[in-house]
Amino acid sequence: MKIYLPLDSAAVALGADEIAHAIGVHARSKGVALDLVRNGSRGMVFLEPMAEVETPAGRMAFGPLTPADVPALFGDLAAHPKALGLIDDLPWMKAQTRLTFARCGVIDPLSIDDYRAQGGFVGLKRALAMSKAEIVAEVTNSGLRGRGGAGFPTGIKWKTVSEAEADRKYIVCNADEGDSATFADRMLMEGDPLTLIEGMVIAGLATGATKGFVYIRSEYPIAIDVMQKAVVLARDEGVLGASVLGSAHAFDMEIRVGAGAYVCGEETSLLNSLEGKRGVVRAKPPLPALQGFMGKPTVVNNVISLASVPVIFEKGAEHYKTFGLGRSRGTIPLQIAGNVKHGGLYEIAFGLSLGEIVDKIAGGTASGRPVKAVQVGGPLGAYFPRALFDTPFGYEEFAGKDGLIGHAGLTVFDDTADMLKQARFAMEFCAIESCGKCTPCRLGAVRGTETIDRIARGDAAAIPLLTDLCNTMKAGSLCALGGFTPYPVMSALSHFPDDFNAMKEAAE
Amino acid sequence: MLDSADIATRVEEILNVHKGMEGALLPILHAVQADFGFVPPEALPIIAKDLNISKAEAHGVMSFYHDFREKPAGRHVLKLCRAEACQAMGGDRVAAHAQKALGVDWHETTADGAVTLDPIFCLGLCACGPAAMLDGKLIGRIDEARIDAIIGDIK
Repeated sequence: MKIYLPLDSAAVALGADEIAHAIGVHARSKGVALDLVRNGSRGMVFLEPMAEVETPAGRMAFGPLTPADVPALFGDLAAHPKALGLIDDLPWMKAQTRLTFARCGVIDPLSIDDYRAQGGFVGLKRALAMSKAEIVAEVTNSGLRGRGGAGFPTGIKWKTVSEAEADRKYIVCNADEGDSATFADRMLMEGDPLTLIEGMVIAGLATGATKGFVYIRSEYPIAIDVMQKAVVLARDEGVLGASVLGSAHAFDMEIRVGAGAYVCGEETSLLNSLEGKRGVVRAKPPLPALQGFMGKPTVVNNVISLASVPVIFEKGAEHYKTFGLGRSRGTIPLQIAGNVKHGGLYEIAFGLSLGEIVDKIAGGTASGRPVKAVQVGGPLGAYFPRALFDTPFGYEEFAGKDGLIGHAGLTVFDDTADMLKQARFAMEFCAIESCGKCTPCRLGAVRGTETIDRIARGDAAAIPLLTDLCNTMKAGSLCALGGFTPYPVMSALSHFPDDFNAMKEAAE
Repeated sequence: MLDSADIATRVEEILNVHKGMEGALLPILHAVQADFGFVPPEALPIIAKDLNISKAEAHGVMSFYHDFREKPAGRHVLKLCRAEACQAMGGDRVAAHAQKALGVDWHETTADGAVTLDPIFCLGLCACGPAAMLDGKLIGRIDEARIDAIIGDIK
């Protein structure tokens, strides 16, 4: 009997390890030969822990499971109280376009055979037969843009590194996914780590880099463990090492662990951290593409950007490009979080409206109360009111509404949310996490917190001061931490003015 | 208590494992903390000398990152997520309950040394918040009752 049960952090946080234990105990007591595969999550966090049982008709899903539901998995499956049906028939799965996450939740993340059986290394083999310039051109043609949030064209970054002259070059994967509401990097690393490795090797071929690093935040212990094991597997398989799949190209990589500094998600501070320094932001130029890790040309890409590369080479840039909207090409893994009925990861072409995502896919709030605001793009993203729910999900479309899609995380809040409090938190968070290098961020965030406190006490004169401060932070900060903190603050202020007036009215 | 000689010996062992590594300071500090539960002040000059950096620089790096502790934590470490997705699910309320029940503020350890309460900004459990981590174990959808049960178990 073959059962799949995720090792994914969200599944484990909801009790998957206890379910796995119960399954093992029950199989032994019944004398059933059990093959329990700890897979990645399918992304339906609202159904975790979710087990899948292999049947002649396909994989049947059951969830959310408690240990009490385990014995029935060994009985009449159709009659199981938590039976959801065949996994591939579930509406949540059927409506998605899974390119980057095609294997996540399907395979055993640490099985090379499973990986190969589902199209693994097909892209790498194709890339091995291409020249550096051809590989770069394929990525450029796909329209892939940095999925970490900045949206910079990946192909152009690779071209710069590829054409730079140096004795050593590096591929650095930014897996410091610190934004609240985002967990796509974590899910991918836990559920299909070899895809990321394959993408990094292709980046190495394209640029002439022979060494890669994955910088994973320490808050992700399971992802770190799975990635470390996957690197060993890939080395044993000859995918990493002195001769990539028997070719003349060398590429190897290391997994590095962050130490709890949010700002290290910014690429230059990540590079400093990787070099063993304080995670302080560097001024640009020089660009990391020319002077990155140890002063050498370095590609710094987000997990999802790199993990999308294998499928682009497997199916072709043209195929990837057919999905999307405007200049936002391909698919985006939406991460639906916060106060939602159906939270999780949903990969789909760019272009859905915010309202469709929140009302249809997420199914509204978990509390059952009306949605008040959605913060899109993490702690540095704007709060969107229902009035802007017609905004299509794309880089330019969100920028046009004074927001950003960032790493595509969405935090839904119900009508009990106090937007002044949320604005204050944005400033407080920036003050805690500021690296301290530039004044607008280091001091601005502290003054911002104080100014919002003045508004909370009924001092309306502090509102223009806050607006002015936000403009200074936006224009004068070195990186996105100080530069984007004004997004949540100003969006809260402009879309939810009542929350900033309540105390004043009470005082009058 | 560890004496300085013990610390020096163990730090030297860690340094040997990391010889030749590019940008080795963070991996070294992680290894030292994994070994001792914190980064003993005596360890920093030894690390600095080995990496040919100043003691000030080593201390600057160590103190920059939230993860590294200058003092040992309590016997258990409870980390509660303070970030937005968990706030949307009542994280602030649960955190206030934990602070009251333990009688400590953030970054503090209970008087009996049983529990250190730390804030954490995102565990990537944003679709099943509020999230927590107890001694490295992940917990989703934590509420006041679960906090009370945890405290009951570990105190």
